[in-house]
Amino acid sequence: MRALLLALLLAAAPALAIPAKAIVDPREMLPDPAQEERARAIGKELRCLVCQNQSIDDSNAGLARDLRRIVRERVAAGDSNEQVIAFVTDRYGDYVRLTPPLNAVTVALWASPAIVLAFGALAVLAFYRRRRAIAPPPPLTEEERARLARLSAE
Amino acid sequence: MIPELGHFALVLALLLAAAQSILPLVGAARGETRGALLMATGPTTAVAHALFVSLSFGCLMWSFAVSDFSVENVAQNSHSLKPMLYKITGTWGNHEGSMLLWLLILALSSGAVAVFGQNLPATLKARVLAVLGMVATGFLLFTLVTSNPFNRVWPLPEDGQDLNPLLQDPGLAFHPPFLYLGYVGTAVAFAFACAALIEGRVDAAWGRWVRPWTLAAWCALTLGIGLGSWWAYYELGWGGFWFWDPVENASLMPWLLATALLHSAIVVEKREALKVWTILLAILTFSLSLLGTFLVRSGVLNSVHAFANDPERGVFILILLAITVGGSLLLFAWRAPSLEPKGIFAPISREGSLVLNNLLLATSCAVVFVGTLYPLFADLAFGARITVGPPFFNAAVFPVFVPLMVAMAVGPLLPWKRADLWAALARLRLAAAIVLVFAVLYIAAVDRRLLPALGFALALWIVLAAATDLADRIRLGRIPFAESLARARGLPRGIVGGIIAHAAVGICLAGIAGKGIAPERITLMRPGETTTVGPHTLRFDGLRDISGPNWRGTAGTLTLLRDGREVATLSPQRRFYPVQRMSTTEAAIRTSGVADLYAVIGETSEEGQTVVRLHWNPLAPWIWVGTVLMAVGGLVSLSDRRLRVGAPARRRREAAVPAPAE
Amino acid sequence: MFALPALATLAAAGGFYAMLSGMRRGSFDPRGVPSALVGRPVPEFALAPLPGWDKPGLSSADIAATARARPVLVNFWASWCVPCLVEHPQFMRYAAEGIPVFGINYHTGTQTDPGATAWLRRHGDPFARIGIDITGRVAVDFGVYGVPETYIVDRTGIIRWRMAGPITPEIDAEQVRPLLRSLS
Repeated sequence: MRALLLALLLAAAPALAIPAKAIVDPREMLPDPAQEERARAIGKELRCLVCQNQSIDDSNAGLARDLRRIVRERVAAGDSNEQVIAFVTDRYGDYVRLTPPLNAVTVALWASPAIVLAFGALAVLAFYRRRRAIAPPPPLTEEERARLARLSAE
Repeated sequence: MIPELGHFALVLALLLAAAQSILPLVGAARGETRGALLMATGPTTAVAHALFVSLSFGCLMWSFAVSDFSVENVAQNSHSLKPMLYKITGTWGNHEGSMLLWLLILALSSGAVAVFGQNLPATLKARVLAVLGMVATGFLLFTLVTSNPFNRVWPLPEDGQDLNPLLQDPGLAFHPPFLYLGYVGTAVAFAFACAALIEGRVDAAWGRWVRPWTLAAWCALTLGIGLGSWWAYYELGWGGFWFWDPVENASLMPWLLATALLHSAIVVEKREALKVWTILLAILTFSLSLLGTFLVRSGVLNSVHAFANDPERGVFILILLAITVGGSLLLFAWRAPSLEPKGIFAPISREGSLVLNNLLLATSCAVVFVGTLYPLFADLAFGARITVGPPFFNAAVFPVFVPLMVAMAVGPLLPWKRADLWAALARLRLAAAIVLVFAVLYIAAVDRRLLPALGFALALWIVLAAATDLADRIRLGRIPFAESLARARGLPRGIVGGIIAHAAVGICLAGIAGKGIAPERITLMRPGETTTVGPHTLRFDGLRDISGPNWRGTAGTLTLLRDGREVATLSPQRRFYPVQRMSTTEAAIRTSGVADLYAVIGETSEEGQTVVRLHWNPLAPWIWVGTVLMAVGGLVSLSDRRLRVGAPARRRREAAVPAPAE
Repeated sequence: MFALPALATLAAAGGFYAMLSGMRRGSFDPRGVPSALVGRPVPEFALAPLPGWDKPGLSSADIAATARARPVLVNFWASWCVPCLVEHPQFMRYAAEGIPVFGINYHTGTQTDPGATAWLRRHGDPFARIGIDITGRVAVDFGVYGVPETYIVDRTGIIRWRMAGPITPEIDAEQVRPLLRSLS
């Protein structure tokens, strides 16, 4: 039954199966180029929910189009970028944000690069410190010096 | 009959792999003389194992080529009308077949170790083959139990369900083999690491043996990732080339660590230092390859690339993963403390710069790792659904990559053991001056966007530093040119390969930065109308219907004009594959080698206007030129005499290398 | 310190195992998107009736008015959607039992639904009211990302439950019925 349902779902929703024929319709665009550029930038921050790992700016799915239109409406109405994103997040949750917001859940994520780098740097420091403790090799013996001289002469 | 033969060969291969994983190991434990006979079974079983997996793979390929729809896998993933090329490449365009390809490459790798590893010490070779045999046994078992590609289907379907049209493409057809060659290639380095841990001995010779395998895997991985991104660029239709998709990240992570491993193995070879770290890197690199396999095939990830999958298979792979990775890391925890560090090690030296390289590469890998898996674990731990998308990765990886790029230019100029940083920087003063002048001129005259400018400047810095390194080595300008040329010919291939690969990173970076300033034009056009993008003017000459063997579609004609003259035509297409009910876009790309003109067509409105999307991507081809050059650099290094004939016996250990007077 | 990588791997493997077993039980779904609307009031809207179909249109006021008496199901559907047909008998059963079901005919920027009335005629109409969401705007206000999606609204007008995908007999028995019982 499960498998059948899944097959039906896939057959029913060609929009789900099309990963990308992304091409924005110019008729959607805002007349003001500055506003249009903002709308594109906002679109790149919002995840297309039906197409997995694409922004709505990259997708031609129906929902992505609807969201693009709403983004442009809000931009034209004078909303700031944050307000537009908040408008969509209010309806679809943080899941739609391609840049995760900083909160209790994501603080570890945002801190991870610094933590990893600091941890790595400490490990490297410890490595050098231990290495300094190791005594340098004993000076060369006369015989070795002679051999070295022979070798470098070759 | 042929499918049954393939199935049978696979079962035999499983038995051989099981023998390969036990007998040589027992032999090695008994010692060089008493276990000689058992150890000798290693190469024999490895070669036989490789032969039977090849036979099995050949059988599946045959079933695809002749469209034997009584085989379930063929029926589900092929179609009689599909072009022959894609029938054959369709062999690995699905979960079961790609597993078989994975096994094939693993079997061929262990066969290669058996055949080409003549000068390896007997016990090391036996143990390496045994570890490879264990990995192969696990995955052969997985394939036979959960993903048998030779299952028959009844009643016989009239025709197949066709392959996902996105996979019916030369770029993607050959993307998996290279990628798997890379993934599985890291298994050899992994096996060397495990064998060394079992032996309890890591020395310069070990570093030298493990390097060619890592290099080969790295080259393949580089090409595989490059092919994948090239495919995304021309097939997905909006000119992007890297999306930080979880599956892309799954291939990037082993690449980053393999790059680190490549460099740290040099330190093992030259200085017998970083041994523990190098062993760990070798284990982790392969572990990340396995993690990628798990993520793609278990269904835990949300990705366009993921195979249709079920958790049952996921559990099986997870168990394999836990045994392989967990087992090797336990071995590491047990044996690594006994690997004593030797000698002095100064931060400002070639080896010091390689430590920095490893720190930054491992950090960037960890950042990608956290970003890729964070949504899964956040969901599991907090029940929170979040997305970690490209903006996060760009913001997190960028600060790590900039110092890496700055440092990779300086590192090769530092001598081993103890270096003078100022002397090295002084050698780069000409390069630095050129970069500075370029940056000022570029920002003042060309474009004010800071990030692309930084990208170009870093790219130039890396290329100039590589050129400086080469010029210094051949004493260009200080001795007669002919003598310099002779010196260039005499340079060790390893050095030349390194210089090529480093410069290639710069070239690739320039291409990536170029995407940051690429203008685009999205417009509605009627036949006869013209538009511009970047420096180009194009005329839209209408649409025509076209069709292929298993698709139909529309092609647009765009004529490139220069001073009113027709220079070239671009023909972007939209295709529809009826069997799979999928549409694809085929971008038309005209490249000059320095820039791409990129055209896609969209829908046509009732008023007869067609959506046309145009990009002018300066330097975009360099992304892939750079990628290919990186691999070329790797191959040149691989051809180094030292690595080819290479690997002198461990005699060197006894006659301690005399340290130069300080 | 040398055991650290092994321990980390063990922890990660445990996490992955929890994910996989959650996927089998249905408690962990990497693909599903949770609704942000659960626990919040029904968004304000007023939709026109389906042209050529003898049912009144739908507004948030209609939902609130009906929900005061007993919980309400709001179903987004379209005639081109095959899973909608899969769950359709379930909705016919709800209607026959007197459970109020409201329909919203789903449109997107690319896909309208000219076959809606023919579909209802052929398969039956379980809906007490049907609104037609021509701009797709109401669907976005509900956080809909595909059809079918079904919402349950309690007596105070708060959305209590959302299902993305068809309501199968299992989901009906395990989730819908208990919830309806507890809400009425």
